[in-house]
Amino acid sequence: MIGNGAVVLSEGAPSLEPLAAATGVFAYLWLLIALPLLGAAVLLVGGRRTNRWGPYLGVLTVSLAAVFAIVLVVSLLGLPADDRAVGQTLFEWVFVGGFTVPAALQLDQLSMVFVLLITIVGALIHVYSLGYMEDDPDRRKFFGFLNLFIAAMLLLVLADNYLLLYVGWEGVGLASYLLIGFWQFKPSAAAAAKKAFIMNRVGDVGLSLAIMLIFITFGTVTFDSVFAAAGEANESTLTWIGLLLLLAACGKSAQFPLQAWLLDAMEGPTPVSALIHAATMVTAGVYLIVRSNPIYDGTAFALTAVVIIGIITMFLGAIIGSAKDDIIHAAFEQNIIIGICGVLAAGITGFYMTRMVIMTFFGKPRWPDDAHPHESKPVMTIPLIILGIGSVVTGAALLYWGNIESWLEPVTGIEEKPLAIPTIVLEGITLLIVLIGVSIAIARYRREVPVLAPKGNLLTVAARNSLYDDAINEALVVKPTYVLSDGSIFVDERIIDGTVEGSAHLVGGLGARLRRLQSGFARSYALLMVGGAVMVLVILYLARLP
Amino acid sequence: MSVDNYIILACVLFTLGAIGVLVRRNAIVVFMSVELMLNATNLAFVAFARMNGNLDGQVIAFFVMVVAAAEVVVGLAIIVTVYRSRRSASIDEPNLLKY
Repeated sequence: MIGNGAVVLSEGAPSLEPLAAATGVFAYLWLLIALPLLGAAVLLVGGRRTNRWGPYLGVLTVSLAAVFAIVLVVSLLGLPADDRAVGQTLFEWVFVGGFTVPAALQLDQLSMVFVLLITIVGALIHVYSLGYMEDDPDRRKFFGFLNLFIAAMLLLVLADNYLLLYVGWEGVGLASYLLIGFWQFKPSAAAAAKKAFIMNRVGDVGLSLAIMLIFITFGTVTFDSVFAAAGEANESTLTWIGLLLLLAACGKSAQFPLQAWLLDAMEGPTPVSALIHAATMVTAGVYLIVRSNPIYDGTAFALTAVVIIGIITMFLGAIIGSAKDDIIHAAFEQNIIIGICGVLAAGITGFYMTRMVIMTFFGKPRWPDDAHPHESKPVMTIPLIILGIGSVVTGAALLYWGNIESWLEPVTGIEEKPLAIPTIVLEGITLLIVLIGVSIAIARYRREVPVLAPKGNLLTVAARNSLYDDAINEALVVKPTYVLSDGSIFVDERIIDGTVEGSAHLVGGLGARLRRLQSGFARSYALLMVGGAVMVLVILYLARLP
Repeated sequence: MSVDNYIILACVLFTLGAIGVLVRRNAIVVFMSVELMLNATNLAFVAFARMNGNLDGQVIAFFVMVVAAAEVVVGLAIIVTVYRSRRSASIDEPNLLKY
């Protein structure tokens, strides 16, 4: 079994049974990560020699991983619901005294959802990139980075302990930096890559602190052991761990207040935006929170913080996913006011999605005469069509065959809680407000859409500036950081270096003066010796007196 | 005769030798002054040996004489060599080894 650390699993945690060893098709679980990793290694190490066939290899590895993921989910569905979690220890990674961290993988319902998302969407994006990056001289490198991203992402969701998850987490950060800044000859792209990397670092500090705190509190970092012991830990510790994990998730998932990098990340090639925005990277934070839910169970404060952050981000319009219903639901569980805010945010989302559709697809053509918009090649359109069908069909399928919560229930241990307001009423109110948002958008933008953006009122200008997000970041984070670093420089250069260099100068200057005594005249040496001897005699004489 | 007189004589001789080392420039004279200092200490050793009635001080005086003889051999050789190269026996002349 996994989690063979020094910690004994506590009894009485029904949803946290030891994982079954990986057998049969699950024994090849490692292939999921190994395939894209191999692709990345061949493409990035192989260099120019792989230029011609490299991109196709990149597509192949991820597609094979996607096929394998489908095989895995079919096998998983064949198992009884309580046995749908398997673990596989690859090797002993860290062993220090009684502390061991195996490089072990864990596939359960939650990991499976993410693996499917990452591999299938990832594979489609790879195919799309074949067309999109066709004329790019560096496309071999691009596919290498894409493969690296997929491998890191899979490691993140398949790891069975926080430390291994951290490896994948950082790998995703690196790959996203390389991808966003892929066209680094554009200063804006290079800046966007740096921004994404640095803002992610802020979250990463949270994750590393959380892992340290988890290790100090529980003596282990393996999910199973930590969650088994989480019930008995003290609440303030859990709150701190929860808040630190939330900070990590905010960085990776571009949640308030760390959301500013996501908009700039559009500077990367379009497939990268798709990979990072829509499909995988921003879901890493969601994964982290859902995976750590036993920790949040013990701390209402951190849980409320998660919901509030989610709502704020929804308001700022960075999240548009189907997750909003769940957030609203969770919000009403917490607090009626937060819930109302959530419903309003849903209405605003409906408004701007409709506005976007109207302005893009309806109205007269607005491009200048020398521009010739044209349809993309099939290699680019087919993945888009598949994704479009997939998002509609999956939503419908989830409605028809039961929802995702019941599939995840063994992992999250969450059952639907009764609310003060019946769910159907809540859904109705939400839908009504969304419809109001949609109708306002239709009413306002049904008219001819102007070529140039109108000046707009104060609110519009603020919104165009991402609600002065960058300015806020600048004032709250960047400026204080500059002050801090200037202060550190002052302390380093003046005080620390001053002390060290000052003492060196003192000794040097003293030596330069003292060495004048080495005059080369034997008689002056003799005088010094006599003087010294006399001094010794005098001291001896004086010391003898009393 | 009291041992004090010997000690006073030894001190006088030692001081004379030290002053000679400090004020004279001729290497041979400096050398002779050093010998004077050594022999002043020898005198003090022998006087103390006599006072204490054992031979320790006399043995040490012998050692000093042996060392002085060896020093004369090496010292004179150096002085002669320096004289050959510089045509001078001044002790202030060879002052290249300095800061």
